[in-house]
Amino acid sequence: MSSILPLKHPPETLAATPAALRQGWSSAKLRRRLAEHAIETLLLLAAMVSVFTTAAIVAILVWESVVFFRSVPLLDFLTDTQWTPLFDDAHFGILALLSGTLTTTIVALMVAVPLGTILAIYLSEFAPFRVREVAKPFLELLGGIPTIVYGYFALLFVTPVLQRIHPELPGFNMLSAGLVMGIMIIPYVSSLSEDAMRAVPMHMREASYAMGATRLQTALFVVTPAALSGLASSYILGISRAVGETMVVAIAAGMQPNFSFDPSEPAATITAYIVQVALGDLPHGSIGYQTIFAAGLTLLLITLVFNIIGHFLRKRFREAY
Amino acid sequence: MIPKSIGASTSETGVAELRRLIARHKMWDWLFGLLGTLALLFATLVFAALFGQMLINGGPHLSWDFFTSFPSRRAASAGILSAWVGTVLVMLVTALVAVPLGIGAGIYLEEYARKNLLTDIIEINVTNLAGVPSIIYGLLALGLFVYQFGLGQSIAAAGLTLALLILPVVIVATREAIRTIPQNIREGAYACGSSKWQVVSHHIIPYSLPGIMTGVIIGLARAIGETAPIITIGALTFIAFLPPSPFSSPDHLLSFEWLLAPFTVMPIQMFNWISRPEEAFQANAAAAGLVLLVMTLSMNALAIWIRYHFRKKIKW
Repeated sequence: MSSILPLKHPPETLAATPAALRQGWSSAKLRRRLAEHAIETLLLLAAMVSVFTTAAIVAILVWESVVFFRSVPLLDFLTDTQWTPLFDDAHFGILALLSGTLTTTIVALMVAVPLGTILAIYLSEFAPFRVREVAKPFLELLGGIPTIVYGYFALLFVTPVLQRIHPELPGFNMLSAGLVMGIMIIPYVSSLSEDAMRAVPMHMREASYAMGATRLQTALFVVTPAALSGLASSYILGISRAVGETMVVAIAAGMQPNFSFDPSEPAATITAYIVQVALGDLPHGSIGYQTIFAAGLTLLLITLVFNIIGHFLRKRFREAY
Repeated sequence: MIPKSIGASTSETGVAELRRLIARHKMWDWLFGLLGTLALLFATLVFAALFGQMLINGGPHLSWDFFTSFPSRRAASAGILSAWVGTVLVMLVTALVAVPLGIGAGIYLEEYARKNLLTDIIEINVTNLAGVPSIIYGLLALGLFVYQFGLGQSIAAAGLTLALLILPVVIVATREAIRTIPQNIREGAYACGSSKWQVVSHHIIPYSLPGIMTGVIIGLARAIGETAPIITIGALTFIAFLPPSPFSSPDHLLSFEWLLAPFTVMPIQMFNWISRPEEAFQANAAAAGLVLLVMTLSMNALAIWIRYHFRKKIKW
């Protein structure tokens, strides 16, 4: 049957010990199948690491928080406006930290949303090819600058500049931290928004141009509405990023919990509080040690909500076309 | 908006009005183009201010001694020796953990995973972990690595933390790189009798390597600058000694004592100097920031270059 084809094994051997050879083949096959199976299991385990990580994060935060909420009633935690866990007169009102997180986030969004959107529209609809080829990697580079460097920039450049305009501004304030955080988020918002706008099919633009619309009219009244859920998801993910940002606020906004929504005041955010406690020397298992896990759980829940909303918005815009 | 006289387009006033309308809208176009250019200019100026201020404050401080001295109480003689050695060692642990795990997970999800509940759960977890704030990883590490596993505030604990942090970056980059490989490559290999792993190891991994490298480099650049999770595990900020050398053991084997040694890294050292009130230390912070900035920016630039270079070269 196989006399035409060159054979690896000479036919006489095949004829001499067919059973032994077949056995050898099948054992090689078996070995290979076992190896294939082992490799697949190993790869599955690597993929499962992300599941284990999530489980471990939730388990650790919930575990320590449960101990914390045994000594601090949940109602106090949610309604008290003072956060002084390390004082003799201890208060555990997360609102004092949430207000700082909220204020810095709003300031950051007021910078990142308009600038990010303008950059996205410009890069996707207006910019010449050459400009885009340079601007996109440049914005990517801006996004890669370490947050500690942005923190230094906020404290030692932006705050002094703001103080020149407004001399009463304290050295630590939420305004400068929020502004720099906004600048930090611009590349994030602009690149996600631009992706959404580029995903709008070209024929929609062509139809608009054919009707006599200008570039700006097409961008604002055709492309932007079509990419709206993508734009919204970029803002939402920007919020989630701003809420979780740590070093900029820890350096530039001060670390004093302050129930205030005035950006010109110093305040601590949830993240800055965790840093402050970690810098100190709290014994493992003390109530002060547990507070950072309760604060961390709050932070995780907030970012989780925003991430889920952002995820669904992004999915919607992907399914649209 | 449309002039009434447009029907009688032969009339002089109608044409003139139409021209004015067009000119006005063209002006709006032009103005938005200007706005976009200004926004880009603003971003450039911010970067110039950030870099310029660090260069002015920290530039004069950069010298050979700065790289070879330990931190000190006297700002003038303080250096970043323990910080950069710490950063290199922590990155080594991070890369050794995150690269195989990330690539393995990416290959599994693209090439092996069946469409079932488990795959959905893994995918949701990867997406979700990419959005978890870095400080939460610090809390995870504090509870798990530092206390449960008893690693303490060591290089191993920090390296593992950062590895988990950049895992989603590596996984996503791997998957995207694999997705660009056309199906007929796989089919061709199978037709020649390859097993699944042979297809993956001979074809999928080599062809997706530039994309994977980009992801790994971007992930490591991010890990180098991460401060919050390392502060959270309680890493000391004043370290004036080096971890034990891996070659110091008497029986001439590699020693792994350094894994459990206390350490400091570049961003922690910089944070330590920023929080000092004395102005002299802020110059040190600027110099350390400059080094950090050059490290991360050159890594990012390398990643971008690899991507653009190979995108041009590969033609399926």
